[in-house]
Amino acid sequence: MPQTIYDKIWNEHLVHQQSDGTSLLFVDRHLIHEVTSPQAFEGLRNSNRKVRQPKLTLAVADHNVPTTDRSKGISDKESKLQVDTLEKNCKEFGVQLFGMNDKRQGIVHIIGPEQGFTQPGTIIVCGDSHTATHGAFGSLAFGIGTSEVEHVLATQTLVQKKSKNFRINVKGKLAVGVTSKDVILQIIGKIGTAGGTGYVIEYAGNVISSLSVEQRMTICNMTIEGGARAGLIQPDEKIFKYLKDKPMSPKKDNWDKAMDYWSSLKSDNDAIFDKEITLDGKDILPMVTWGTSPQDVVSIDGKVPNPKDETNEDKKNSIERSLKYMGLKPDTAIKEIKIDKVFIGSCTNGRIEDLRDAAKILKNRKVANHVYAMVVPGSGLVKEQAEQEGLDKIFKDSGFDWREPGCSMCLAMNADKLKPEERCASTSNRNFEGRQGRGGRTHLVSPGMAAAAAISGTLDDVRKYRN
Amino acid sequence: MKKFTTLKSIPAYLPIVNVDTDMIIPKQFLKTIKRTGLGKNLFFEMRYDENGKKIGDFILNKEPFDKSNILITGKNFGCGSSREHAPWALLDFGITCVISQSYADIFYNNCFKNGILPITISEEEIKELSEYSTRKEEISIILEDQKILFGNKEIKFEIDQFKKKCLTEGLDDIALSLEQKNKIETFEINLKSNKPWIFNDQS
Ligand code: SF4
Repeated sequence: MPQTIYDKIWNEHLVHQQSDGTSLLFVDRHLIHEVTSPQAFEGLRNSNRKVRQPKLTLAVADHNVPTTDRSKGISDKESKLQVDTLEKNCKEFGVQLFGMNDKRQGIVHIIGPEQGFTQPGTIIVCGDSHTATHGAFGSLAFGIGTSEVEHVLATQTLVQKKSKNFRINVKGKLAVGVTSKDVILQIIGKIGTAGGTGYVIEYAGNVISSLSVEQRMTICNMTIEGGARAGLIQPDEKIFKYLKDKPMSPKKDNWDKAMDYWSSLKSDNDAIFDKEITLDGKDILPMVTWGTSPQDVVSIDGKVPNPKDETNEDKKNSIERSLKYMGLKPDTAIKEIKIDKVFIGSCTNGRIEDLRDAAKILKNRKVANHVYAMVVPGSGLVKEQAEQEGLDKIFKDSGFDWREPGCSMCLAMNADKLKPEERCASTSNRNFEGRQGRGGRTHLVSPGMAAAAAISGTLDDVRKYRN
Repeated sequence: MKKFTTLKSIPAYLPIVNVDTDMIIPKQFLKTIKRTGLGKNLFFEMRYDENGKKIGDFILNKEPFDKSNILITGKNFGCGSSREHAPWALLDFGITCVISQSYADIFYNNCFKNGILPITISEEEIKELSEYSTRKEEISIILEDQKILFGNKEIKFEIDQFKKKCLTEGLDDIALSLEQKNKIETFEINLKSNKPWIFNDQS
């Protein structure tokens, strides 16, 4: 029977299957962080269990760490306890950890690929919904809950039921100034936040294969915002080149063997997808979100929607609720929306290419007077690379704050957060109520668009600033 | 895990769609290293005002709904972050059954790991049940028969039979999987010879 990449990976990892289809899958790669793992280790301890494959597990502290000077440690007591607990657990159970002061520390979904821990054809899990990011390498990567983290630690397997196959084709070419962030926002706008529920998505088409490895990660990262279990892309030369000589990539003979296998990871020509849609690259514009769900998207040339135009009662109420929270009037032109803050970072857009994109726009320009803007590199290595290229200088000269790596204002668990009613152009992935701080208002955009907003002081079109 | 067989309670209706896990339990409460104690912060931003005072007209602050064990809610419940703190907070508050038209994937799975029954029924059925809830009368959930009983009516619901078994017997997932220990070992041995790079990554 013809198979999709997802079918192939699934079958390769099947340890046991019950008659009703409930399956036990082997997990090749397990990433853990401080927020969703303490109760899992506690569970192991209580039942006298060990970590079955410590070598297939990698830990990092990212959600809670301060992004300012770290030499004095963490001042927030609870954050400190969580980070210390992770350290203690990793030591006790023999798991490798990138501690807060390790140069390799960073957001869990950035360090996996960076280290070559993320590889094609593997099953990768993490107690974090944006694990889908790793699907950019042609792996089956998805978020799990803490009980499942404990299950993986104890058994190196996971109980799963198979999802259906969904292919999203993006054909043609992207216009200048349009990025993979705009592509994925457009997709979510089209399918809705529950459009992918029950599916694993394969992204395909010319636009997707023309993207760089890092741009692909942005797409897969936000798959979960469309409700799908995972999103993946067929691995190709760009992926193999990216992985070559990474610290944890296969070496010597193993590299050749891995390459043989990786190159075979393709959906068969006649494979059947339960659902399929196609978008044309030329129809995609720079996008922003106006509301409190990632599906609330509109192009930068557009307007805030008017609930009056909506006939469905539920939808009408939900638009009204969003507009009230966002402090926006119906039919306002997007470019007239004034912002207070700009955040560039997160596992969606905190990689080196993202910083380059933003820096290109900011070069020889200044952040608007009323705007506070910050960059939080996705990892210590991204930060180092950016500094070598002098990007930090461009950011600082324009008026941006240059921070230490971590999740930061993507979820505002550390000190970086919006105040009530503050409005932010953010390169992160969620604009939920309170996501970036209680009462805070988030507009999701690409890094270039975030830079443009910083300069203009309102949401604005990045294409205006391309030299 | 506590077994789930039957439940009788006055249900509370929260008429919001796309309730995300940030809404269920905001991030400032994720800094815990325990599973318990989160109930008082359930739906924190909807339940308390800026000064920490309970907002009177929020459903779970109103009697008798402040003691509800059943929550009826809008579709796509539990979307967003994978935090298991969301079901932990529901459970700690006392909610052991959620009724909605649909759920986000990870949240749905997380419920079962904690003895919470997420029931899926149609939009019309949600409407009927939510209207009934204004009477402040108890309804019953009979998992064995896959039925919701209210007044003299009933609604049937579908559920995965394996998940149902785990709930009714309160089975420990890990122990169940470890029954396949031999198969896991064989898998690992084969993996080492077929894909040696999987284990050789960290030299
Ligand atoms: S950057 Fe944001 S979305 Fe990504 S792992 Fe951190 S908190 Fe989650």
